[in-house]
Amino acid sequence: MNGHRGFSVLRSEAAGAVRTALVSAENLQLTLKTELSQEEQHLTPHTHTNGGPDETHTKGYCTEVNEDLKEMLESNKESLKLEAMKRVVGLIAKGKNASELFPAVVKNVASKNIELKKLVYVYLVRYAEEQQDLALLSISTFQRALKDPNQLIRASALRVLSSIRVPIIVPIMMLAIKEAASDMSPYVRKTSAHAIQKLYSLDQDQKELLIEVIEKLLKDKSTLVAGSVVMAFEEVCPDRIDLIHKNYRKLCNLLVDVEEWGQVVIISMLTRYARTQFTSPWKEDGVFDEHNERAFYESDEEKTRDETEAKPYMMDPDHRLLLRNTKPLLQSRNTAVVMSVAQLYWHLAPKNEVSIVTKSLVRLLRSHREVQYIVLQNIATMSIQRKGMFEPYMKSFYVRSTDATHIKSLKLEILTSLANEANISTILREFQTYVKSQDKQFAAGTIQAIGRCATNISEVTDTCLNGLVLLLSNRDETVVAESVVVIRKLLQIQPTQHSDIIKHMAKLFDNITVPMARASILWLMGEYCERVPKIAPDVLRKMAKSFTSEEDIVKLQTVNLAAKLYLTNSKQTKLLTQYILNLGKYDQNYDIRDRTRFIRQLIVPNDKNGALSKYAHRILLAPKPASVLESAYKDRDRYQLGTLSHTINTKASGYLELSDWPAVAPDKSVRNVEVIEPGKEWAPSLGKTGKSKPAKSSDDKFYSDSGEEEEEEEGSGSSSSEDGSGSSSSEESGSDAESHVQKNSSQSSEESDKSSSQSEKSSSESDSEKERKTKTPLQKKTVKPTAKDGDSDENGNVAKEANSSSAEESSSDSESDSDTHTDSDSGTEHKKKTKSKAKPKVEVKSTKEVSLLDLGDFTPAPVTQHKSSVLSPSLLGDLEGLSLSNVSSTIQLSGPAFVPEKSHDLLHRMTGKGLSAQYQFPRQPCLYQPTMVSVQISLTNTTDHPLEQIHIGDRSPTGLNIHCFNTIECLEPEASVTVFIGIDFNDSTQAANFQLCTKEDHFSVSIQPAIGELLLPITMTELDFRKEQSKLLGMNESSATITMAAENMTSQPISRPVATVANLGVVPSSQDNVHRFAGKTASSGAVVLVMVELRESSTALITINTEKSVMGSMLLRDLKLALAQA
Amino acid sequence: MINSLFLINPSGEIFLEKHWKSVVSRSVCDYFLEAKEKALEPEDVPPVIHTPHHYLISIYRDKLFFLSVIQTEVPPLFVIEFLHRVAEMIQDYFGECSETVVKDHMVMVYELLEEMLDNGFPLATESNVLKEMIRPPTILRSVVNTLTGTSNVGDTLPTGQLSTIPWRRAGVRYTNNEAYFDVVEEIDAILDQSGTTVFAEIQGVVEACVKLSGMPDLTLSFMNPRLLDDVSFHPCVRYKLWESERVLSFIPPDGNFTLMTYHVNAQNLVAIPVYVKQSISFFECGSDGRLDVTVGPKQTMGKTVEGVMVTVHLPKTILSINLTATQGSYTYDNGTKLLVWDIGKLNPQKLPNLRGSLSLQAGAPKPEENPSLNIDLKIQQLAISGLKVNRLDMFGEKYKPFKGVKYITKAGKFQVRT
Repeated sequence: MNGHRGFSVLRSEAAGAVRTALVSAENLQLTLKTELSQEEQHLTPHTHTNGGPDETHTKGYCTEVNEDLKEMLESNKESLKLEAMKRVVGLIAKGKNASELFPAVVKNVASKNIELKKLVYVYLVRYAEEQQDLALLSISTFQRALKDPNQLIRASALRVLSSIRVPIIVPIMMLAIKEAASDMSPYVRKTSAHAIQKLYSLDQDQKELLIEVIEKLLKDKSTLVAGSVVMAFEEVCPDRIDLIHKNYRKLCNLLVDVEEWGQVVIISMLTRYARTQFTSPWKEDGVFDEHNERAFYESDEEKTRDETEAKPYMMDPDHRLLLRNTKPLLQSRNTAVVMSVAQLYWHLAPKNEVSIVTKSLVRLLRSHREVQYIVLQNIATMSIQRKGMFEPYMKSFYVRSTDATHIKSLKLEILTSLANEANISTILREFQTYVKSQDKQFAAGTIQAIGRCATNISEVTDTCLNGLVLLLSNRDETVVAESVVVIRKLLQIQPTQHSDIIKHMAKLFDNITVPMARASILWLMGEYCERVPKIAPDVLRKMAKSFTSEEDIVKLQTVNLAAKLYLTNSKQTKLLTQYILNLGKYDQNYDIRDRTRFIRQLIVPNDKNGALSKYAHRILLAPKPASVLESAYKDRDRYQLGTLSHTINTKASGYLELSDWPAVAPDKSVRNVEVIEPGKEWAPSLGKTGKSKPAKSSDDKFYSDSGEEEEEEEGSGSSSSEDGSGSSSSEESGSDAESHVQKNSSQSSEESDKSSSQSEKSSSESDSEKERKTKTPLQKKTVKPTAKDGDSDENGNVAKEANSSSAEESSSDSESDSDTHTDSDSGTEHKKKTKSKAKPKVEVKSTKEVSLLDLGDFTPAPVTQHKSSVLSPSLLGDLEGLSLSNVSSTIQLSGPAFVPEKSHDLLHRMTGKGLSAQYQFPRQPCLYQPTMVSVQISLTNTTDHPLEQIHIGDRSPTGLNIHCFNTIECLEPEASVTVFIGIDFNDSTQAANFQLCTKEDHFSVSIQPAIGELLLPITMTELDFRKEQSKLLGMNESSATITMAAENMTSQPISRPVATVANLGVVPSSQDNVHRFAGKTASSGAVVLVMVELRESSTALITINTEKSVMGSMLLRDLKLALAQA
Repeated sequence: MINSLFLINPSGEIFLEKHWKSVVSRSVCDYFLEAKEKALEPEDVPPVIHTPHHYLISIYRDKLFFLSVIQTEVPPLFVIEFLHRVAEMIQDYFGECSETVVKDHMVMVYELLEEMLDNGFPLATESNVLKEMIRPPTILRSVVNTLTGTSNVGDTLPTGQLSTIPWRRAGVRYTNNEAYFDVVEEIDAILDQSGTTVFAEIQGVVEACVKLSGMPDLTLSFMNPRLLDDVSFHPCVRYKLWESERVLSFIPPDGNFTLMTYHVNAQNLVAIPVYVKQSISFFECGSDGRLDVTVGPKQTMGKTVEGVMVTVHLPKTILSINLTATQGSYTYDNGTKLLVWDIGKLNPQKLPNLRGSLSLQAGAPKPEENPSLNIDLKIQQLAISGLKVNRLDMFGEKYKPFKGVKYITKAGKFQVRT
């Protein structure tokens, strides 16, 4: 009602404005003809105001040219006009003033020639603001064009109309925007979304009316509109978060198909939205809610520990939806999109999932220099909080001599942040190269970085200090100066052991000319003068000589040194001090005069100030806290990552603060209204394959409710199919583009007639409804009937509404698909709610049944289409892919089936002088790097004295990648400790040799892995197994027939001995006598398939398929031994 | 979003300006020019500059600065990415992106910019869409235009703009239907003095040139997709199909485009195709030094290494050089101290060598660090990672296209520390 009234008021207002415009236009036209020359004179001053200084002297020439142009524009020949307009636009492009041509140009606004018209538009938009009255001449043309049947013309008219920044036409603009917002062409609607922002910046009073339009456009289903309207939302009413609720799920689901720029805007808006609507996923990292490859990179160890006691944090399904739907965008070619997804994960994802963005961010580093700059800045901020994320990619941050200066310093920053005990030696070696760089600024930066490493990692403090002392004899002043400054800071932390360094610096003092460095040395002398009692007075003596020629900063420190020496060693330095104080007293710099006066009063006792000088010693030689060397990026994360504010480290205008997580999640149901999730139709079938694998994964035991986990997994699975099918449906509409226009018109007719469209129900919907009803009984097994009914009703309604308005008259097939999906989804949600009541296992079953049904319903479709439909190849391609995707996406890592208890001696206590070490393979994915095999080492001290500083020393081969454990500071007698290390064996059984060091000794030890330990178990379906196997024939296959040991045939399942030998996952098998196992190699991820086929008379055929044929044969040998043993 | 764009040449002259909102005086560029003065190299100009009222985000590309003026918060990468698109668009339309080209086609560039942004927000950035709205200039067309008075500006709404396949225009027709794919791999490496690899990785890109009629749906599969570690795609690629099947399925844009970029699994050891033996030494007393560089083939998989070029930034204190090359020729610019040795093809029998003396300015100290060598090379018909295209299938159209795949290996940022 209200809106309607507003509309009519607007209309009349607009009409008024048009009338004024037309009247003034008429008048002007009259005047134009008669008084052109006058007009011109009137306009000339503009040249001065707008043009640069170069304009003024060519003014005469300009007017001449303009005279020419004006003639051309007024001629009757199209080509002449066009030529003239091109030259005019050329002038604009060069930044020259062409405003005096306005009257001549504006007459051509109604030209039939489309190029000429466009050029006139360009001109209008540029100068309308300055010549408002004249601009009004063109308005009526645009108003006519807004009604044009051609959508291109409508859109461009709206574009230009809204770009003319003339306040008087605001009502006209408002009206045009309102009309265009319900235009049948999505392109025109997109244009209207853009126009909203323009109007808002012109007249902020229109805000309320504009918000109404935004609200309407937010409901739009077109991917074309989504990005633009969210942009308008961000500009006009970013605080009206309530407008988003109902569109949240739609936006999440559309996201993949929105154009790249829109994606960036939507993602950053949704980031803010999510921070206000969901609770923090960071409190307990315990829940392992997505069982896929990302878990692999993660610290599962931490998780498993937490899980036992954690009360499960339940992520809002909508929160998960957002994370799931943004993930594929990490593969975008648009760096801005990748960055925005990365920041979304950083701000919203549970801590253990954030690292999936690492790879993509590192990828961006290969892009243009400017992109590198921004990405490195963000990585710098991230790496401070989460070293682990980027540590595996450390080498990507190595500096090249060709990098730009700011890139170099950012890389240095990141390397410094990544430094830890394990990699510091590598980093320091790299730094050594940088210190020698020709770019001295960069070399100085490196020295600071070394200083920071030295303070952060106590093990290397001495090494760094020694290295820095060596740099003191460098020839370059900047390097020396920086070294001195850094050394001073380091010495301040632990001054006791380093009096020789101070002495050394004193010796170098004469050669150092950089004021800051000299000042630093003087300060050190003064501060630790008691440690260098002989040298300090001597330095002071030298300084007394050269005092007058020193820089101010050096003079101040000289005064300080003098004062401190006077207090500690007044016998030797009294005269010197007085001399220096006298020099200072007459210095030109007032700071130095002040300081001198102050010091004199403080230290030299006289009758007036006796009270203070008593404390002089305590004042001047008070212990001073060491300065902290820390990163400039330490608190950058107060700004949302990826924003301009983050880059410039100040709040940019218009920056929208990211709110903190709410303690209690606001009402979830606000988002419930629209539950269309097009393209999720294949989810159930995926769920099915997920379910079909046996719940033998050892992770399961950590979950009190394994059902819950399965649910989530299904969710993640569905996401993988979702995009594909999402695009399939959209591409379908693309492929029959011919019918598009008709579709549009039909759609718009529905839209313009809202009431009818809402009441209208297409037959396909009622069909789907029926279908849902037929399925309900199946779901009722787990779900309380009442609750289910109530909610599904609601959902049903929503879906109906959504369908009717989207009404792209798509095939009833896909509609019903999406509907059934909605259904199964709501089903799962309910299951979660009723989880406490129903047993998890039953739930799993029920989902399976539902999905089985779905699969039965829909898989045949693509197959039949395969032959018949040549017309929609894209759809076909997608469907094909989807049915396949079910299969391969189930190849996932699983937990170990069996953990061998057997441990091996690493270091015997006799050879280890009392330190004994044993290792075993815990068969857990390695925390540090996915390619590493994790090894558990138990260290025991069998001596009677504590062993100190146990760590890993040199290793061979040199390229061997070991993630060491943190140095054990002290191991008490009879105590033992268990540590984990990660070794990248590179898929070979070559022993890893390294040294186990204590404070006193080094012991060379070696770990030789059995071939089976280099594998990680994976699960897959039998079908997958066969498919993978068929790819790995020929030389990739090795097999052998063996006679089975008796006990292997009878007493226990065959999986047991196989699991003992190799870390493989069991593949469910439909035949009793065939057992299948699957794994992948840790380093290269090559699939390893093992098949044991039991034959009569206790023989068995073992077949191993892997592209690593050497591994295959070794594994075969081991298996033969294990299975055939007597 | 983006308020204005200025194109600035290296000497600081603003030769094009475009405003999408109210006009921003070009005096705002002074802040940028100031920063440019301060920077030693054009690359060192900070990409983001904060001025009292505006934020300036700039890129430096093809010897031109693209400077955009921003007034409110916006993701900087959004702007940077867009500016690069502008540069690519110019390149795409006129064959190169340079000051002369922009000046020659000033009006067309201006029209394009007008279409690319609306009120500072990207509107049409797909080259196929733009080309339908404003046709790229060809000699034939400009002749026709002058004769008939028709224009380069299209009068229909680009179909791509409306469909969900914005990258492809409808109604494409070719008499010869062809699809070519170039697999180009670049080796990024840092080698230390002794020749051991400090860091090496391979990144590749699949460039496509597809000229097929109608709406073809292509599927490209690799023999060994496991090699690929990290990938990014043109929006046309169906990501989910890649995830599940490791095939590239897509409806291609018309013409040239980058299908995918990838990074080869870091675990696979990178074959370094050449080795460099070098010694650069300066004598402590007497102001000269020696340079001796030999390049030889290492792991080339039996292919010939071509286009070998060694670039050295010599220290600033070098006065002159006197070198002889056994193969190829060298050029030396005494202003920039840039030594470029263009070797050409590597002959394993007779290794190219460059040696001679360097003389330093009198009295200048011995340079601290030896300059690092940047190597450029090319190997035809080889993807160094071993990646191979398995097959290309086309669905949806009846004709039989002509297909071709080419492999090239190049040196990326290949640096030898000395």
